[in-house]
Amino acid sequence: MSYHVDEKGYYGEFGGAYIPEMLYPNVEELRQNYLKIMQEESFQKEFHQLLKDYVGRPSPLYFAKRLSEKYNTKIYLKREDLNHTGAHKVNNTIGQILMAKRLGKNRIIAETGAGQHGVATATVCALMGIECIVYMGEIDIARQAPNVARMKMLGAKVVPATSGSKTLKDATNEAIRDWINNPVDTHYIIGSVVGPHPYPDMVARFQSVVSEEIQKQLLEQENTAFPNHVIACVGGGSNAAGAFYHFLDEEKVNLIAVEAAGHGVDSGESAATSILGKEGIIHGSKTLLMQTKDGQITEPYSISAGLDYPGVGPLHAHLFKTGRAEFIAITDDQAMQAGLELTKLEGIIPAIESSHAFAVLKEKEFKKDDIVIINLSGRGDKDLDTYIKYFNL
Amino acid sequence: MNRIQQKLQENKKLVSIYFTAGYPTLTDTKSIIENLEKAGTDIIEIGLPFSDPLADGPTIQESSTKALKNGMNSEVLFEQLKDIRSTVNIPLIIMGYFNPMLQYGVEEFCKKCNEIGIDGLIIPDLPVDVYDEAYKSLFEKYNLTNIFLITPQTSDERIRYIDSISNGFIYMVSSASVTGAKNTFGEQQKAYFERINNLNLKTPQIVGFGISNKETFEQATTYAKGGIIGSAFVKHITNHPIGKIKDFFIFA
Ligand SMILES: Cc1ncc(COP(=O)(O)O)c(C=O)c1O
Repeated sequence: MSYHVDEKGYYGEFGGAYIPEMLYPNVEELRQNYLKIMQEESFQKEFHQLLKDYVGRPSPLYFAKRLSEKYNTKIYLKREDLNHTGAHKVNNTIGQILMAKRLGKNRIIAETGAGQHGVATATVCALMGIECIVYMGEIDIARQAPNVARMKMLGAKVVPATSGSKTLKDATNEAIRDWINNPVDTHYIIGSVVGPHPYPDMVARFQSVVSEEIQKQLLEQENTAFPNHVIACVGGGSNAAGAFYHFLDEEKVNLIAVEAAGHGVDSGESAATSILGKEGIIHGSKTLLMQTKDGQITEPYSISAGLDYPGVGPLHAHLFKTGRAEFIAITDDQAMQAGLELTKLEGIIPAIESSHAFAVLKEKEFKKDDIVIINLSGRGDKDLDTYIKYFNL
Repeated sequence: MNRIQQKLQENKKLVSIYFTAGYPTLTDTKSIIENLEKAGTDIIEIGLPFSDPLADGPTIQESSTKALKNGMNSEVLFEQLKDIRSTVNIPLIIMGYFNPMLQYGVEEFCKKCNEIGIDGLIIPDLPVDVYDEAYKSLFEKYNLTNIFLITPQTSDERIRYIDSISNGFIYMVSSASVTGAKNTFGEQQKAYFERINNLNLKTPQIVGFGISNKETFEQATTYAKGGIIGSAFVKHITNHPIGKIKDFFIFA
């Protein structure tokens, strides 16, 4: 069984590039060049230099002593929250901005939900002096004011998506429409392992630095390159793809993908795509997505804006279908409690997306000697308002 | 020869009209089609609304959102069209995104189209190669013509490939843009129209996206066999009763 993309852009039955002809030249240009460019020595050098000096990598693999004691197992946190801009998203935007430059593009577009990917994109555009336009749902603009301000300070133009449900999926639609309207000079920096091939593979490769580091760090700290479990939250799936990447073919490593159950899987307000979704096409990719019986894409719900996506990347659809990864759905309440617990026990305030991954500790028994890695995908600064309201702080 | 192929043999520039099924109200579909035929439309594209129409501009997006709210979907559309061939003779094409068809079942969808007398499909997000590999025989089995798009960025090589697997017309997207009405075409478009004309394709081309008036229609059909009007017509039925569809044709 292969968990990597095949020649045609599929993970098993998922993936591909279901795009209108208007996008074909752009996507094809990328498909023909992305691997070649990524393998260039000068690209690798610049990418790793920036990850080190600008992002602050490698991010620590931190042994969480008190959390481990509480759950009677060995828990390590991969500290993506310590990256510049506060989450794993920047690993991908650094990679893609270098890609865009080599493709000769001088205009960048992106979509964003919570604003994390928008900020990470605006940041690398400021760094490179490239024009940046970020599409963001009108509703999200209202609920994520600090990130909107950050993007503006960084020189990006934030354009409200006013169509459909006015959230992440509609922002993605608007970014794609912009790309159709600007096919020559523009590169679209997608924020997760979603979209038409080659995006899922390209983004996964940029994020794979996470598991590459985990292997090295674990070897130093535990004298093995293989943990027993790797846990990561899944919105579109990029932080999970990065944390799983080098373990995909090591079946002895248990992979746990954590989706947002919102108010509960059966509440009608949820984002647990693997359970609630059906095979279909969203944003150019054949994958699992939440939809009505007649194929209209529905609006998901989660307290965390970053997990609020009606689809999931094709790699994850494949991991689900083949049983390679275990999928667990965590409600808003479980996530919020887990976030508070991590804060109290370890002095780390996680992004609410990441809190979902920590809630698995209460749901699943781990052995005393198990090495459990939790990908701490982001920090909670952006979520303080939500924490304050939820806990009446 | 099916109705589309027959129509393409006529010695005239063809006027093709797009509208969104279920808009402005759910039950307007049939009378819009009948009135369009009476007004002299050559080919009709019936838009099956989708929640996330990637290739469409604001006018068609809004009509789609409204149509879905009104309750339109594949099943309702097929029910509304089941007797359409007792009153309408011109070619009818369904234009829609792939996911609703996938959920209906692609074979079932094609079968239903054939039963009703639909002549072809336009599915912007079904890539040519996937069609060629997975669905071509199905379309042939149910006598449906699949219409492919080309754009100013499509390479000559790819246009020739598309030409080779087309058996109706090629939908020539006028410019690098989503759907939406324009007032005029510029030099770039004219050069593109000429380039395509010089390829001497076997498949006739009909130009769409951006045609809104007599001027744009005439520019678009200098070489091409016809023009498709979408957003401008959707705007018209937003603002005028269906009985006034004839007024829309003063330009054509
Ligand atoms: C901190 C954090 N974690 C996770 C996600 C979810 O995205 P993905 O599933 O692509 O990692 C986001 C998205 O905004 C995020 O900001």
